[in-house]
Amino acid sequence: MRESRSDRIFYMVNNIFLFIILIIVLYPMIYIVSCSFSNPRSVTSGAVWLWPVEPTLLGYKTIFENKDILTGYTNSAYYTICGTTLAVILTVLAAYPLSRKDYALRNPIMLIFTFTMFFGGGLIPTYLLMSNLGLINTRAVMIIPGALSVYNVIVTRTYFQSTIPIELLEASQIDGCSDFTFFRKVALPLSKAIIAVIALFYAVGYWNSYFSALIYLHDREKYPLQLFLREILIQNTIDAEALSKGQMSIEDMAARQSLFELLKYSLIIVASIPVLCIYPFIQKYFVKGVMIGSLKG
Amino acid sequence: MPDNKTYFYIKKWIDKNWQLTLMVILPLSFIILFHYVPMYGIQIAFKNYRAVDGIWGSKWVGFDHFIKFFKSYQFIRVTRNTIMLSLYSLIAGFPVPIILAIALNCCKNIKFKKTVQLVTYAPHFISVVVLMGMVIQILSPKYGLLNNVIKALGGEEVLFMAEGRYFRSIYVWSGIWQNMGFSAIIYISALSSVDPTLHEAAIVDGASRLKRVFYIDIPCIVPTIVILLILNLGSIMNVGFEKVLLLQNPTNTEYSEVISTLIYKQGLASAMPQYSYSTAIGIFNSLVNFFLIVGVNTIARKLGETSLW
Repeated sequence: MRESRSDRIFYMVNNIFLFIILIIVLYPMIYIVSCSFSNPRSVTSGAVWLWPVEPTLLGYKTIFENKDILTGYTNSAYYTICGTTLAVILTVLAAYPLSRKDYALRNPIMLIFTFTMFFGGGLIPTYLLMSNLGLINTRAVMIIPGALSVYNVIVTRTYFQSTIPIELLEASQIDGCSDFTFFRKVALPLSKAIIAVIALFYAVGYWNSYFSALIYLHDREKYPLQLFLREILIQNTIDAEALSKGQMSIEDMAARQSLFELLKYSLIIVASIPVLCIYPFIQKYFVKGVMIGSLKG
Repeated sequence: MPDNKTYFYIKKWIDKNWQLTLMVILPLSFIILFHYVPMYGIQIAFKNYRAVDGIWGSKWVGFDHFIKFFKSYQFIRVTRNTIMLSLYSLIAGFPVPIILAIALNCCKNIKFKKTVQLVTYAPHFISVVVLMGMVIQILSPKYGLLNNVIKALGGEEVLFMAEGRYFRSIYVWSGIWQNMGFSAIIYISALSSVDPTLHEAAIVDGASRLKRVFYIDIPCIVPTIVILLILNLGSIMNVGFEKVLLLQNPTNTEYSEVISTLIYKQGLASAMPQYSYSTAIGIFNSLVNFFLIVGVNTIARKLGETSLW
C-alpha cells in the first residue's frame, strides 16, 4: 500500500522524536562511561564531551584498591543471592496455591495478602518489631524482611492461572497425582519464564536497596555497596588514604580532587554493571512480567 | 466424637486441602509477622511510648501527638512540599510515558524501535543512590557537564544543588528520565491489544496515521490511563523518602522536607527519637492517602465507567 504524503511526514517526525528521546536517555550514560575512562585532569577541566580523553584505567584501579568498596561489593552480592533465593521460594509457594480455583482457603488468604498493599504499620512500628525480633544490626535484616512482595505474588499467581490449563490438573488427579507432585513435576517446569522475571525484580531490589541498611545496620563491615556509594557520591567523603594508594605521587590538593571526581564516575559504572549486564538478556521476559501484572487476574 | 457424617466431611476437606495449605503456610506467616504485627504497634501514636514500658504498657495520651503536629510550624511546610512535589511529578511526568508509548507504537522500523525500548528501559534498574550520584556529578558547579555547557555558551555557573528552588525540578525530571521507558510498557501492551480491524477500516476510509492516533489509539487506551491516573492521584501524599533524603541538604530543606523524611528524622535519625510523635504523623499520612484514593475513585466512577472497584 502506498503511503500518503502526510503519513510520510508523520513517520519522519515520529522517528525524529524517538531519536531525541534516545539521545536524552543515552547521552548522560555515555558521558559517564567516557569520564570514568578518562584522565583525571581532563574530567575536571571539562575536556570530556563524548569519548574518553587520554584513556586510563586509573579510576577503576583506585576503586579496586579501596577496602570499603570491596566489602560493600561482597556484602551486596551475599544479600542479593540469599535474598533472591529466599524470595523466589516464598513467592512461588504462595502463588501456586492461590492460583488454584479449587482451593478452599484461596479467597481469605488472598484478602490477607492484598490488604497489605493498601495499609501497613509504618516506619516506626516496623522498626520496633525488628528490634523486638533482635534483628537490628544483623545480616539477616538485609535478607529476611524484604523477602516477599505481594505484587510479585500476584504476578506469579496470574501467570500460573493463565499458562497451566485446568485439564492438565484434572488428568493428573485422575491418575492419582498429589498436589505436591503436580507442583513439582508440572507447574514449576512450565513457569521458568516467570521465575526468571521475579528473580530479576527481587535481585535488582536487593542490589539497589540502601534505606533498610541505613536504619538497621551500624557496623561498617556489614554495609552493602549502596551505603558506601552514598558516602562517596552524595556525602562527598572518602578516606584520604584510599586516594593516595591509587598513585603514590599524588601530593597536591588539586590532583587529589581530580582523582576523587574520576573515582566517582568509575564507581557509578562499577556499581551498575551487575544489573545492566544481565538486563538485556532478561529484558524480553520482564516486559512479559509487567504485562501479566497489568492484567490483574 | 462428632457424628460420622461431620467427621467424614472434615476428613474429606482436610484430604483435599492440606497439601496446598502446607505450601502457603510459610509465606502466610511471613506476611502476618512482617505486615500485620507492625499494625499492632500503631497504637503508640496515641500513647507516650517508652521502651521500658513496651507497646502495651505505655501510657495513653489520646490525640496529643496529632495536635502537636498540627500546631507545629512543620505541618504546613511538609504538607505543602509533599503535595507540590507530587503534583509537579504527576503533571510533568504522567503524560510522558503515554506519548512515548504512542510514538513507539507508530514506529515502523522494528530494529530502531527495539533499540529505543532497550535504552529507555535501562535507567529504571539504576539504584537511587547511583542516579542521584549521576545527577550531582552532572549538575556539579565546577566540573559538571551542564555547567560546562553553560560556561561554553558564555553563561555564569549555576549552583543547582545549593539553591532550594531547583530542588523540585531536579527531583521530578530525574524521575522522568529514569522511569519514562519502563512506565511506557503498560501503555505499549495496551496499544498492542487494539483491534487491528479498526485500523484497517480507518485506512479504507482514508484516515491518516495521525488521525488514527487520535481517533483509534488514544480512545482505546483511555481505560488504562484512567486507572493509572486514579492510582497516582490516590498516592499523591506518598512521596518516598529514599530519593528525597539523598537530594536533601541544609540549603534546600525549605523545599525538600516532606512528610516521610520528617517521620524518619523525628523517629529514627534524631538523637532523641520521638517514636510516638512520628507514628502519629505516619497515621495522618496514611489516612489522607486512603481518603484520597476512595474520593478519586468515586469521582472517576461518576464521570465514566472505569474505576478501581
